[in-house]
Amino acid sequence: MTLAPERPATTPAPGTRLVEHFEHGLDAPICLTWELTYACNLACVHCLSSSGRRDPRELTTQECFSLVEEFQRMKVFYVNIGGGEPTVRPDFWEIVDHAVAHDVGVKFSTNGFRITPERAARLAATDYVDVQVSLDGATPEVNDAVRGAGTYDAALRALRNLRDAGMTDTKLSVVCTRENIPQLDRFKEIADEHGAVLRLTRLRPAGRGADVWNDLHPLAEQQRVLYDWLVAHGDGVLTGDSFFHLAAFGDALPGLNLCGAGRVVCLVDPVGDVYACPFAIHDRFLAGNVRDAGFGSVWRDAPLFADLRSPQTGGACTRCSAYDACRGGCMAAKFFTGLPLDGPDPECVKGNAEASLAAVADGVRPAPSQDHSHRGPVRNAPVPVTIARRPPASPCDESPLGPARDALPAG
Amino acid sequence: MLEQSWELNGSVAIRPEPFGALLYDFTSRRLTFLKDPRLVAVVEGLQAAPTVADALDRAGVPAADRPGFDAALRRLADQRMITRRTG
Repeated sequence: MTLAPERPATTPAPGTRLVEHFEHGLDAPICLTWELTYACNLACVHCLSSSGRRDPRELTTQECFSLVEEFQRMKVFYVNIGGGEPTVRPDFWEIVDHAVAHDVGVKFSTNGFRITPERAARLAATDYVDVQVSLDGATPEVNDAVRGAGTYDAALRALRNLRDAGMTDTKLSVVCTRENIPQLDRFKEIADEHGAVLRLTRLRPAGRGADVWNDLHPLAEQQRVLYDWLVAHGDGVLTGDSFFHLAAFGDALPGLNLCGAGRVVCLVDPVGDVYACPFAIHDRFLAGNVRDAGFGSVWRDAPLFADLRSPQTGGACTRCSAYDACRGGCMAAKFFTGLPLDGPDPECVKGNAEASLAAVADGVRPAPSQDHSHRGPVRNAPVPVTIARRPPASPCDESPLGPARDALPAG
Repeated sequence: MLEQSWELNGSVAIRPEPFGALLYDFTSRRLTFLKDPRLVAVVEGLQAAPTVADALDRAGVPAADRPGFDAALRRLADQRMITRRTG
């Protein structure tokens, strides 16, 4: 598989800028996301990993322990654990303890339902563990429409429990949407009130996010509001390097400002598949599986990663004055919206993607290659009135005994 | 600083990389990059060297380059990646 025409591999010369070194890839990732399970007690409309139901092939506890030990050998200093909702795995806390005991720090994302006062106290007493609570609206109305009934209250309860237990530097993690851009100041207040750090990230059209992206991604004028807000708050707000496509407005935002996929970033999914980045759970960006020859061999030798680490052609973007700032934006955002990978980001702030986006015909967007969404009712299901859900991709998604990939009647 | 004894902070780990090394402080969760392999050698050599100047000597850093190394080491000290060695 090639993402762009073949190019000769090169080695950076001495004196090269750090970012250029990163483009050639590191010996181990800096930012490794590990989705521990596709199981989730919620059904958020924009879930990147289309989570809901546990995959029966999920890595066992022992396999998770072995993977942690390999991370330690490779000096992967910390992992970002997510899911699904990682705390629904019965061995979740055991895996966290194993990581910490092996010099692998943990930052885990949670919807907060299981962060009880007792659990918060234990977390506050454990070094090297950070907690990131997800909240996508600064009011229940905005949040629960996306994440589900009762999820605002659950997240706020978790933040209170963590604060009251003495936990410092909890992250309040917000995916920026059309509905919540007007609430940025309020999010900051909520974070401050709980001794937490605000973290804003970009809505990606990956997983179920592809179904709602058109309705939820920030409008062009909101991108500017967001950029100005981020510039005004500088290092006081975290972004996970999420918004480098906004650098085309002017000054670069704090962070590396490059696509780290397969170079400094990757994702390990619940069944051990390794993808180029957390926003690219798709066969197109699948580098290998840790069950074959281990994680290190995938990281070092996967042809996909070698390709991502070779110089990329900017395509049409190289003619744009802002190309050096935004580097063409996010690969996953382009892919899942049906745009060419060597053209502008769908949210290009120069408006260069508008024509090509409009020209993407229905059905051209890539079909998902996995879907673990809940099929039946979910207790905390979101109640979106305008946002449609994708029908099941195959009966096999509902039952491992069902026929695979046969078309189902719609509805 | 040159005549003092310093060492890598106990909560900091070093990972070699093609461009030099990556330092990670498990306590502050801070990541720093060393872009010069000689600076990596200096930092790794601090513990065994009586003084910072000795560590620079052992890493073969010529006098002309010392001001740059001095500044880099001060930055690492500000970030608490390296700390004064006592005793």
